[in-house]
Amino acid sequence: MARGIHNSLSPDANLTATTRGVPWWLTGALALFIIALLTLLPLAAMIVEAGDIDWAGTLGNTYIQRVVWFSVTQATWSTVLALVSAIPVALALSHKQIFIGRNLIVALFSLSLVIPTIVAIYGIVAVFGRTGWISSALSTFAWEPLNFYGLPGILIAHVFFNMPLAARVILVSLQGIPQEQWRLARQIGMGPIALFRFIEWPAIRGQIPSLALLIFTLCFTSFAIVMTLGGGPRATTIEVAIYQSLRFDFDISQAVALASIQLLICIGLMALSTLVKHNRDLHNVAFAALPKDHQTRHQHALNRHLSGKSIINMLHWMIIIVASVFVLLPILALILSAINPTTLSVLSDHNTLRALLNTIIVSLISALIAVLLAIFLLLSTRHLRIRLLREKSGQWLQLAGNVILVLPPLVIGTGLFLLLRPFADVFALALVLVIVINSLMALPFALRVLDTPMTNAANQHDRLLQSLGLFGWNRWRWIDWPQLRQPIGLSMAISATLSAGDLSAIALFGSEQIRTLPLLLYQRMGSYRLEEAAVTAGMLLLLCLTLFMSLQLLIGGRTHVEA
Amino acid sequence: MDMTTVNKTTNSVFFHPTANALQRSLFITLLIAFSMLISTTSIAAEKRLLTVYTYDSFTAEWGPGPAIKAGFEEQCGDCTIEFVALDSSAGILNRVQLEGKNTRADIVLGLDTNLMAIAEDTGLLAESGVDTNALTLPVEWSSKTFVPYDYGYFAFVYDSEALTAPPTSFEELINAPDDVKIIVQDPRTSTPGLGLLLWLKSVYGDEAAAKWTALQPRILSVTKGWSEAYFSLFLNGEAPMVLSYSTSPGYHMEVDKTERYQAAAFKEGHYLQVEVAALLKRSPNAELGREFLAYLIDTDAQSTIPLGNVMYPVIDLEEQLPESFNKLISPASTHLFSPDQVRDNRKQWIDEWLEASTTR
Repeated sequence: MARGIHNSLSPDANLTATTRGVPWWLTGALALFIIALLTLLPLAAMIVEAGDIDWAGTLGNTYIQRVVWFSVTQATWSTVLALVSAIPVALALSHKQIFIGRNLIVALFSLSLVIPTIVAIYGIVAVFGRTGWISSALSTFAWEPLNFYGLPGILIAHVFFNMPLAARVILVSLQGIPQEQWRLARQIGMGPIALFRFIEWPAIRGQIPSLALLIFTLCFTSFAIVMTLGGGPRATTIEVAIYQSLRFDFDISQAVALASIQLLICIGLMALSTLVKHNRDLHNVAFAALPKDHQTRHQHALNRHLSGKSIINMLHWMIIIVASVFVLLPILALILSAINPTTLSVLSDHNTLRALLNTIIVSLISALIAVLLAIFLLLSTRHLRIRLLREKSGQWLQLAGNVILVLPPLVIGTGLFLLLRPFADVFALALVLVIVINSLMALPFALRVLDTPMTNAANQHDRLLQSLGLFGWNRWRWIDWPQLRQPIGLSMAISATLSAGDLSAIALFGSEQIRTLPLLLYQRMGSYRLEEAAVTAGMLLLLCLTLFMSLQLLIGGRTHVEA
Repeated sequence: MDMTTVNKTTNSVFFHPTANALQRSLFITLLIAFSMLISTTSIAAEKRLLTVYTYDSFTAEWGPGPAIKAGFEEQCGDCTIEFVALDSSAGILNRVQLEGKNTRADIVLGLDTNLMAIAEDTGLLAESGVDTNALTLPVEWSSKTFVPYDYGYFAFVYDSEALTAPPTSFEELINAPDDVKIIVQDPRTSTPGLGLLLWLKSVYGDEAAAKWTALQPRILSVTKGWSEAYFSLFLNGEAPMVLSYSTSPGYHMEVDKTERYQAAAFKEGHYLQVEVAALLKRSPNAELGREFLAYLIDTDAQSTIPLGNVMYPVIDLEEQLPESFNKLISPASTHLFSPDQVRDNRKQWIDEWLEASTTR
């Protein structure tokens, strides 16, 4: 985030810390206070509770050891499989630049970032499950159905989510290979293997550490996938074990012990990621469209180089087809099975409608809180950076918003549960708690989307505004808002979609009285009412798409800049 | 601190004049949604309300719940029973433990002998005041807190069309061919699941953990509750055997008129389960709660048990007991731990089970 452009500003600017309107630090301090309240208090509650924990006994418990071991192994396998399958896909897509449907496939690859986990899980079950498409196809040949639940199911789902992400990131770096290199390769007549070794692999290699770390972290803390596809105690991750010790065993000290282990490992992973040369904009790359002119130049260079190698050509097509089918099938299965004899009764069922209403409430309020917190933080950090030239302090303040990346939602949930239990029926407060946790979960994404536009807006206009004497609310109203409404719309959309599809917080606090669509879907899948589950999944998917598009339109407006 | 300014900023993000109409409608939708939520959660409290936490199959339309609710509401005149159906039987206890003093429950219905001591230790339960002397249980009943409302023996139920020679002992089950798969329940969430754990413990003692490990290849799936195991998986043909009750075939014989589903009698004997209900101390309607507990062992309610909950009633129903209940297997011997034994060892035995179940 160090952009180095700020130095052009005169140092005397820091004397002008606003005297009119809101002091610059207030918004950031407020946001920081709220974030600290919602994370440190639960953490403190856990530490107090953990005072009684028999650590030797916990760490010596074979079950806990196996859970930790399983979390690590499944995450390692998932990471390796996702990366190993992503590289050929990215290579194939980089070689085949122009064909009908390419844009669609690349767009499809970012869909797995937006689609709620639990919805995709339904689709994956419908394809790979015991009564799914593949198993029924196998059974017509009198073969055994797939042994899907447990590690295989978890791995398939993790690859489904992470392979496309990795492929997109790698594809971007492949397309960033300078033309000169291709020209050189052609001149010395490199074959496909040499080409990979000397030109493509060096471009890919740089992305691997940060990608691997990201995917490992995502899979390590994976909750919905493991809970739904684990199929019993054999496949339990720490995240799921926390949930189970709280909701199955009522064993608070075991939940706290597991949460502490999870926290330590996550902090370790975070520390590791600061050592790795980090691609900060991993998510942005994955969301962003690929530059058009670059594509074609890249394409021509490659075409000239590899024309006539038909076996390689065939291989590339095969890889593209297999990867697309792998990503497309579950989505197709979901859409097809959402229309079934139960569709109408499920859609009009009052449980479904209440869950829908709850989901809308949770997602909109969480998104609003997340975006407000992000704006409040950024208002102060950009002042720190641009006016006061305190780049480092700005970064630290902003880091506070990313705290949820170290604190898994179930850990915060456990802490909040401990805090509130003496005073209230925690299950009656479910929606409030879910909103709190979901807004913290969405905050890093909102920060990422808003960071650059807010800093740019300030960079462009700050000196002018100072000379005009435009401060506080007026500045926001006339200068920032018109420029920022589009990114704000996008961050609202992303935050709302994330919250609408989240299962972790609601799984902990939800009950028969208070459910959201993801929980209802989980329960319907859990009791194997697959037709009802399909309709619920379709409904949730539709809701997420609607939220994603309508929030961008409503807040972002149609035109780029107004007023 | 200038808080008002901050608030104004927040609101104004939403009420930008150029896109006012759309955003305001979004906000209003939100407000309406919120008020709807509040109105649906508030309960009209003209009648005396009795909230009963129970498991899902009890309140299902074919379960005993609806008839018992109707019967009791008619008897009391001005009361409403609200069943809160949890997804598993042990889940009832977990839920009350999690909610602690702030629970909404007046009655918990669906615990069993194995969970009695643990439930009593929470200090949340009150004495029932119900006379249980006249009950026809296979064991002595001395608890003043819990009212037993049915009983049965855990057994593996098999599909005789998929399995012609069912195992007749745990040994045979463990050594059965590869395609003989069973579906069991999680002992942490389900009383049948806990029942199987105790059954094996009672039969094998210190060797139980090793037997669990040996049993792993037979287990197709470990479900959270009995309903998922029985209805969703077993009756859909996912596996030929499921952990259920010796009484389960009675339902299929009476209602489905089929002898296809049978219980496998095990040489080692079977584990007894007595299902119980209890009143919570916090209940503002304690009197009504006691009336309900007494009603549970009344002939009216008990007559719904054999085909509703598919268990033995706790009183002699005479000719009201379905014919098929005389054709059920009778256990070679009865296994049962005392509630205190279960309380003192449950955690350790469950850890043992978890350890055996995570062996690869």
